[in-house]
Amino acid sequence: MDCNKEALEMMHKHLDGDITREEESLLRSHLEGCVECQKHLHELKRTITLIQSTEKLKAPDDFTSKVMQQLPVEKKHVKYLRWFKMHPILTAAAIFFVFMFTGLLSAFEQDSQLMVSNPEDLIIEDNLVIVPEGVTVQGDLVVQNGNLKIDGKVDGNVTLINGNLVEEQGLDSSGLMADVGGVNGELKEVDRIFEWVWYNIQKMVKGIFSIE
Amino acid sequence: MELIIRDKIKQVKKGDHAAFEDIVMFYQDKIYQHCHRMLGNKHEAEDIAQEAFIRAYVNIHSYDERRKFSTWLYRIATNLTIDRLRKRKPDYYLDAEVKGTEGLDMYSQLAADGKLPEDEVEGLELQNYIQKQIAELPPKYRSIIMLRYLEDFSLQEISEILDIPIGTVKTRIHRGREALRKKLRHV
Repeated sequence: MDCNKEALEMMHKHLDGDITREEESLLRSHLEGCVECQKHLHELKRTITLIQSTEKLKAPDDFTSKVMQQLPVEKKHVKYLRWFKMHPILTAAAIFFVFMFTGLLSAFEQDSQLMVSNPEDLIIEDNLVIVPEGVTVQGDLVVQNGNLKIDGKVDGNVTLINGNLVEEQGLDSSGLMADVGGVNGELKEVDRIFEWVWYNIQKMVKGIFSIE
Repeated sequence: MELIIRDKIKQVKKGDHAAFEDIVMFYQDKIYQHCHRMLGNKHEAEDIAQEAFIRAYVNIHSYDERRKFSTWLYRIATNLTIDRLRKRKPDYYLDAEVKGTEGLDMYSQLAADGKLPEDEVEGLELQNYIQKQIAELPPKYRSIIMLRYLEDFSLQEISEILDIPIGTVKTRIHRGREALRKKLRHV
């Protein structure tokens, strides 16, 4: 066996606890006959003992207090961030509501076009939607961003968003309410933002719970 | 001990300062000694050891609790000491031999407690002589020798701390042992 190569390699493996049984018995039999390698291994082991014998150093007495003084004060946003990390469900709920409300608000602001839920048989002039005489609208009627004049009949609920119900300018407009035609249901006018949001939520909730 | 530390870290993650104080107290001597042996003087050692704990605190959320905390902490400390060594000499290479002056600096620091200069020159005590020899090893060998024999990490853990393959750790520890053997065999 080559003392400087194989034997040395095995000695280090032995010191690292990496040596196989086969190699160990090879090394042992080599050491029995080789004084040089015995000495080498002894020196290596002694070196390790010497390293381990060096005195342990201690940190200065005020070390811990110095570290504690230097710790950064938590900034508020870090605190919030940690809170969010620790409560993922609440965070998700908060984000959901923010998106929902901003979505509704922007929809409210952007939709300035006239919209009618079921425009068949109706007359539309600019911003005015007219239910002509003799016409009966089946079902609910929703008019958005427009005024509504009812000469005929609506067989359901009427909802006006951002609009007014136009009364017939009759001769007797002195105070008597004109007949609002026939609305066989509720008549709702929505023109303020919160009512509009509320209306949307109601619709959504109704939608969720009336799935048939 | 590992269990207690694990518990403390959970508290630190919740924002508990006092729990971190316990962690610093538990590891301060080890980390300080590690930095001292890497840097060779107490001023830088204290500076870097403190920095290591502060970084550990700031980055505690990136510590993976399935792994050993001491490995993670030593990794921070070792990286900081290596950065400091690089900054100290702009053209410093890890392969280059450390010049003797650094070791002498450290020696004079250690022996500064009231000894006469003649005594210092005459009697290089065994302790100081060994420490000087360790200090003169190139940092890449020195760190591994210290982690293995002074701080009792396994080769696998050393490979994690230094972020190098275990094969490299083995090669370096062999060379480090041989280098020290040559210097210490006449002691």
